[in-house]
Amino acid sequence: MGTSEERFQAIVDAESKIEPTDWMPEGYRKTLVRQIAQHAHSEIIGMQPEGNWITRAPTLHRKAILMAKVQDEAGHGLYLYSAAETLGVKRDDLQELLHRGKHKYSSIFNYPTLSWADMGAIGWLVDGAAITNQVMLTRCSYGPYARAMVRICKEESFHQRQGYEILIRLCNGTPEQKAMAQDALDRWWWPSLMMFGPNDSDSTHSEQSMLWKIKRVSNDDLRQQFVDMTVPQAEFLGLEIPDSELRWNEERGHYDFGEIDWEEFWRVVKGDGPMNRERIEHKTRAWEEGAWVREAATAHAAKRARRAA
Amino acid sequence: MTYDVPVAPGEKAELEEAIEGAAEGWPMWEVFVRARRGISHVHIGSLHAPDARTALENARDVYTRRGEGVSVWVVPSSEISAFEPEAAAEYVEANEKVYRLATTYDIPDEVGQM
Repeated sequence: MGTSEERFQAIVDAESKIEPTDWMPEGYRKTLVRQIAQHAHSEIIGMQPEGNWITRAPTLHRKAILMAKVQDEAGHGLYLYSAAETLGVKRDDLQELLHRGKHKYSSIFNYPTLSWADMGAIGWLVDGAAITNQVMLTRCSYGPYARAMVRICKEESFHQRQGYEILIRLCNGTPEQKAMAQDALDRWWWPSLMMFGPNDSDSTHSEQSMLWKIKRVSNDDLRQQFVDMTVPQAEFLGLEIPDSELRWNEERGHYDFGEIDWEEFWRVVKGDGPMNRERIEHKTRAWEEGAWVREAATAHAAKRARRAA
Repeated sequence: MTYDVPVAPGEKAELEEAIEGAAEGWPMWEVFVRARRGISHVHIGSLHAPDARTALENARDVYTRRGEGVSVWVVPSSEISAFEPEAAAEYVEANEKVYRLATTYDIPDEVGQM
């Protein structure tokens, strides 16, 4: 039967799934804890840029949609924390690491949402990029993570479509509304491409993650997939993607596109993006100011238990 | 996109650590949902809650926002028993008695569907 490690790799190579009680290499477990926790944090922090517009949504219908979307993101965070907990960590510890700035989340949420069109651009581009990645992750070798992704992908489709629909409306509206949509695309395009991470040549974790089938497609391939999918959608809207080097490459069968500003990328990763500080401050404040809700729930449960006794 | 946020050059990666003084969380519950009448409850995930009723209410909000179920069960995770992982193969994967399988019997075609 071979060593534990060989048995583990054989399960992975056979496209079967690793489950929580299986033996797994410590590096595999740590990589998953790190990635799933960051993914969960991203969902939770990702509630803020859109939460910012709930009170200012243009209609009651749009407000209801936005609230449902933000609620989904809370749900996605919870599925993911649950998946992380199957690896023997505690949700409260992970959250504390986030509050102390020791854990990261996707840098995209460190950009501000300045106009209503940003709600459209986030759904279309940010959720679109997330779907590209998460569809891959439904085939991840770790069972609980892959299963959480299946649920999340079903719900993300709503997120992307409602965003794109917002932009269709704006692009068919007044010149000012169309300009607002273009401005949102101008600001969100490059950060969305950055969401796929460093180039494959600079990606430190990728090789091992591919071998373990945590990651199935490289950063650059996913980024290309996203660009190819998104360019025609921008054309349909009549919007211009802010990249002078963007053009169809007949030979490759893909769009060529310009270089990402990697200096900006690393600056935001390191904590100096426009909103890094505010996001964590807000998250920590919400947790602290919500303490009474948790205490009340605990007290209420205790009261019910006493009455039932 | 990737959720593997890179470690910036010169930065130290903090993968995980137990946090002193982090809030003592509520117990964990496993959630089972019956998708529709006529089929069994199926495990769908887990959550934290102070008691069974709150666990049910949270399960409804977290796992059935789009009509995924007509019935929800919650069970304290600590109440679930299982074979030790090393022993599981021995207990639940053994299949040496192939004569238990219907497909191991040769029935002539002319007998028809059986």
